[in-house]
Amino acid sequence: MRARAERFLPFALLLPAVAFLALLIVIPMIQALILAVIAEGGGFTLEHFERMAGDVNFSDAWRNTLLLLILIVPLQIVLALVMALLINSRFRGHGFFLYVYAIPLAISDLAAGILWLAVFTERGYLNSSLQGAGLIQQPILFLSFENLPGILTAIVVAESWRATAIVLLILIAGLQLIPRDFFEAADVFGAGRFRRTIHVVLPLLRPSLQSALIIRTIFAFQTFAVVFALAGRNMPVLAGEAYVWYAANRNEHLAAAYAVLLLGLTIVATVVYLRVLGLREAEVAR
Amino acid sequence: MNARVLDRTLVYGGAILLAVWVLIPLYLVAISAFTPQARLFDYPKPLVPTTFSTETMQFFLEARGVIPSVINSILVALFTIAFGLALGTPAGYALARFRFRGRQAFQVIVLATKMFPIAILSIPLAVTFLQLGLYDNLIAVALVHTAMALPFIILVTGGVFVAVSHELEEAAQTLGCSRWGAFLRVALPLALPGLAAAAIFTFVISWNEVFAATILTLRTRTLPAQVLAGLGTSPLGFKFAGGLFMAMPAVAFIFLIRRYLMNLWGSR
Repeated sequence: MRARAERFLPFALLLPAVAFLALLIVIPMIQALILAVIAEGGGFTLEHFERMAGDVNFSDAWRNTLLLLILIVPLQIVLALVMALLINSRFRGHGFFLYVYAIPLAISDLAAGILWLAVFTERGYLNSSLQGAGLIQQPILFLSFENLPGILTAIVVAESWRATAIVLLILIAGLQLIPRDFFEAADVFGAGRFRRTIHVVLPLLRPSLQSALIIRTIFAFQTFAVVFALAGRNMPVLAGEAYVWYAANRNEHLAAAYAVLLLGLTIVATVVYLRVLGLREAEVAR
Repeated sequence: MNARVLDRTLVYGGAILLAVWVLIPLYLVAISAFTPQARLFDYPKPLVPTTFSTETMQFFLEARGVIPSVINSILVALFTIAFGLALGTPAGYALARFRFRGRQAFQVIVLATKMFPIAILSIPLAVTFLQLGLYDNLIAVALVHTAMALPFIILVTGGVFVAVSHELEEAAQTLGCSRWGAFLRVALPLALPGLAAAAIFTFVISWNEVFAATILTLRTRTLPAQVLAGLGTSPLGFKFAGGLFMAMPAVAFIFLIRRYLMNLWGSR
């Protein structure tokens, strides 16, 4: 009797969490799909998707979302890799530096956007510093709608600044899995720090790098508040369009169409991610 | 010897440079938020402030709707902690203590929800909440935040209970405790610091979340929703003070949970 109760205990403990997630994730996913294909008066329609695809901001939103993804993700990975390698060398005081590098983990994309607004705004600290150094005669309008490279730079910097912390934690955890002997062996064979990193550490860190890459790709589709804080509506992105169609234009069907698009992108990326993980488990087993 | 000195200089130089990169925007928004509004348009601005004033910060805190939104944010975060720990602690405990069929499948679910764009789901959820009379209600926001925080809570509490030896619980049971009593009197007290860390990170997730909070509320705004709604119209001083106010808790919170950071993102 007791043994039977013990057998069912783990399932009873998991049930509330699983039921809650199903209720809050699976059902709304189906609802999003229904909302996106149901006509105002009822009945099936593709009109919302057609309107979405025909919207003036749609192609810009696509371009901007992908552009930010391509610019931000590699930058974050390189930056986080340098941080992780430094921390993993376990120098005196590395705990303090890990704490500092992890602070942006608890800062929202909205707040991060505002933080960097203080730097990039017309009379902000970047222009002040450039002028102080005599490099410019008058402030540069980084965030003007006419200055796409300027806006892009500001968003890339702010978002890289914020989300590098997540990548950093993933990479440090990956580094901790590498036995210290590997580092020492490389030292014995006379490999310098740089060669050791390229030939010994990076191949062993590949699974973590892949995880970080895919997680950040998925999150990049959701980028919106940092863009709103720095560029306002001058720079449409996919998640921002979903928000605008719901909150400003009061059209839940079009917002749902955008939601379905974002969910689709995420599911594709997640499937890729889980396949990579499957590969990783096979590697561990071998 | 010389090579070692060079090596150390490189390591510390790099580490300090990167720390400056992380801290500098926080510093700049802080000095902006404590500059009087009229002086915010001075140009070029010095990197070391010449004035200190709480006028801009006061302007932000006294602006219409800000204090209520701060209270709403705290309430939503507390509800989220309550829901999240109630649902997540048992699941974390089950993962730490039992080998059962479907364990791996559950871990995949946790992993997948960690990355899932739950905020996007607030669009269909808003329609449902409207029908249920939960629209513009803090509980609705807290439910969505709970779904976001749950995978992290399960991972952290799972890690915490793995570290609490199950032999202690078994010893308590041989001494006459029930299974529940052993959990309550032995495992739970030992796990408390870890559970507190999970609660703090849950607070952070909820405090920072803006998409769902904006979609699901109209008048009952949380702080990020309030700041976001005013981005187009509010003066720079309001934004800087708001940005600082939203970002500052991070400095304390990351310090408090620094020992558990690896459980959040480390386990893949």
